[in-house]
Amino acid sequence: MSLHTLSVLVENKPGILARVAALFSRRGFNIESLAVGTTEHPDISRMTIVVNVEDLPLEQVTKQLNKLINVLKIVELDRSASVQRELVLVKVRADAETRSQVLETVQLFRAKVVDVAPDAVTIEVTGNRDKLDAFIRVLEPFGIKEMVQSGMVAIGRGARSITDRSLRAIERSA
Amino acid sequence: MTTEQMTGAQALVRALENVGVDTVFGIPGGAILPAYDPLYDSGKLRHILVRHEQGAGHAAQGYAMVTGRVGVCMATSGPGATNLVTAISDAYMDSVPIVAITGQVASSLIGTDGFQEADIAGITMPITKHNFLVTRADEIARTVAEAFHIAGTGRPGPVLVDIAKDALQAMVEFTWPVQLQLPGYRPVTRPHSKQVREAARLISSARRPVLYVGGGVLKAGASAELRVLAELTGAPVVTTLMAKGALPDSHPLHMGMPGMHGAVGAVGALQRADLLVTLGARFDDRVTGKLDGFAPDAKIVHADIDPAEISKNRHADVPIVGDAREVIADLIVAVQNEHAAGRKGDYEDWWRQLNAWRDTYPLGYDTPADGSLSPQYVIERIGELAGPDAYYVAGVGQHQMWAAQFIKYERPGAFLNSGGAGTMGYAVPAAMGAKVGAPDTQVWAIDGDGCFQMTNQELATCAIEGIPVKIAVINNGNLGMVRQWQTLFYDGRYSNTNLHSAKRIPDFVKLAEAYGCVGLRCDRAEDVDAVIAKAMEINDAPVVIDFVVHQDAMVWPMVAAGTTNDDIKIARDMAPDWENGD
Repeated sequence: MSLHTLSVLVENKPGILARVAALFSRRGFNIESLAVGTTEHPDISRMTIVVNVEDLPLEQVTKQLNKLINVLKIVELDRSASVQRELVLVKVRADAETRSQVLETVQLFRAKVVDVAPDAVTIEVTGNRDKLDAFIRVLEPFGIKEMVQSGMVAIGRGARSITDRSLRAIERSA
Repeated sequence: MTTEQMTGAQALVRALENVGVDTVFGIPGGAILPAYDPLYDSGKLRHILVRHEQGAGHAAQGYAMVTGRVGVCMATSGPGATNLVTAISDAYMDSVPIVAITGQVASSLIGTDGFQEADIAGITMPITKHNFLVTRADEIARTVAEAFHIAGTGRPGPVLVDIAKDALQAMVEFTWPVQLQLPGYRPVTRPHSKQVREAARLISSARRPVLYVGGGVLKAGASAELRVLAELTGAPVVTTLMAKGALPDSHPLHMGMPGMHGAVGAVGALQRADLLVTLGARFDDRVTGKLDGFAPDAKIVHADIDPAEISKNRHADVPIVGDAREVIADLIVAVQNEHAAGRKGDYEDWWRQLNAWRDTYPLGYDTPADGSLSPQYVIERIGELAGPDAYYVAGVGQHQMWAAQFIKYERPGAFLNSGGAGTMGYAVPAAMGAKVGAPDTQVWAIDGDGCFQMTNQELATCAIEGIPVKIAVINNGNLGMVRQWQTLFYDGRYSNTNLHSAKRIPDFVKLAEAYGCVGLRCDRAEDVDAVIAKAMEINDAPVVIDFVVHQDAMVWPMVAAGTTNDDIKIARDMAPDWENGD
């Protein structure tokens, strides 16, 4: 098993998320994480999909995705050549006794306290998977009351854009 | 450019006319009703009122298969649309270009579980090449044009257009032509020349090559090119169930059909090959048998218009994405260049082996000892008397396999059947659609008594609309293929496979007559030719022949499910001797 990060540019049309999700479930591909949002172009949405596959099925995943009519482009983002981020909001038990230790951990991980209550704090932290896992491990002894995570978003390093050519295709057909 | 004010429904009909549709198979209902009003006035569209929407879908398939154009079916929302699902799924599995137009409840009702509401776009998402939900009248014309473009280009397939009732009723400014907005749809048809050269090099250096030909060659209209390539290389050819007739069955290079019920020579050729040149085929499990034992020594050249088929089941050493016709045309040139450079494959030893298999293990069948009618004989005689110009449309099961084995297909596209989906009930409505598409050609449905009872309501459509198909019901009174598996793998415990149709429940002759067709019956070998001849004389009504046949006939050869092709049996407990002729 290996993790791969796919950036999938799609037409911003209703139902496209259902098409992608249905394709993954029908073909037996495993999604680790999925994030969807608009891009700099209002007609194009971008999905960042982390899939758990061997190399051969990954080729199947991209080929099957490419068959979806509303999919414009698929790029696999290499870990070393891209910036990959996830966001976690975590509510941790923190009373008078432990609060200072919790806040120290927040400082160490460059996280941020976004809400405070007498016996708990809510912390926002972004980073790659390894950093988030480490952060959660350190917080666990204090007592995690609630946690929510975003899907991963990722972008290639350097000046090149993966949206340029898809933009031209959209403009040609409009 | 024309611009005109009209309703969405009128725009739909006009758009269908403009993309060249001449026939629509369908049934009206509440949500699609607005579309049927302008359809009533159309001088260009013939609407054929079927008796069940599944019939409309298969008819559209049959029409598409014989005309090479996109078939069209139409239904209302909810149950009308869901009744199309089996046919859409069938078209998806066999890459048949059809467009299904369905009415949907008004857009304000969508999502409220309104009367006759079903999320047909959601339901058909995994079984369509693409589908659309149209909620605005001004999207109708463009969507129709896009649907036909998607269905008919690249790897063909079904496209569903679901149109909300209020969109059909609203007024719209109709303009034509329309601009397609499909930035993500770019099928590749031109093969990569370097890959083609590599394939040609492998063909020259191979000692035991096989051209493994699938339905894509028929879809691409590449039969003439295939013949040139086969004769140029001298390599043996196998044609799958979906490719019957791509090379004439009588051609000396043709080794027959591979697969679960393929010829020993064709199966053996694949198993012992050192190179498979795969053209528009997809390594289906019914061809490969147990995958890890399939063609173990072969390098694979895989040409397909759908990149996702390549290396899906079997790794391709030389992948070629492209239209089969263009691929084969380029391959011919590349192989000619190889020959010019003094590199030509020597397959003499290979042919010695192939001919030994072919001579030792021809397809055949036993005549029942009790004097009852042999189903294979009936099918063989139909093929001989109706000849190579007729269309043959099979259902699914034993009769389908016998129709593949014992009718000689000499031209591309003469055999229609439900291959990938295996839809019982395909034959009658598909034959109806085929006859509408090719009214001057004889169309024979070869059906089983189980299949026939699933869709025979379309006999009424055939009788009333003047569609004189001929239907041979191979009536063994059982779900024959399932029975065969029960015989072989379940100790002859015939759980729920006896339909008792041989006891005339129903009486197919009376049933045919009740539907306004001619009903004939035959249960003796000596009457077979006469009854076929009689059916062929009748051209002003559909004909149903009830051939009452032996119930224990089995389809051989057979590769049992879960075993490798090497374990093929030519009869029960009888394996071929592979080394024979070496």
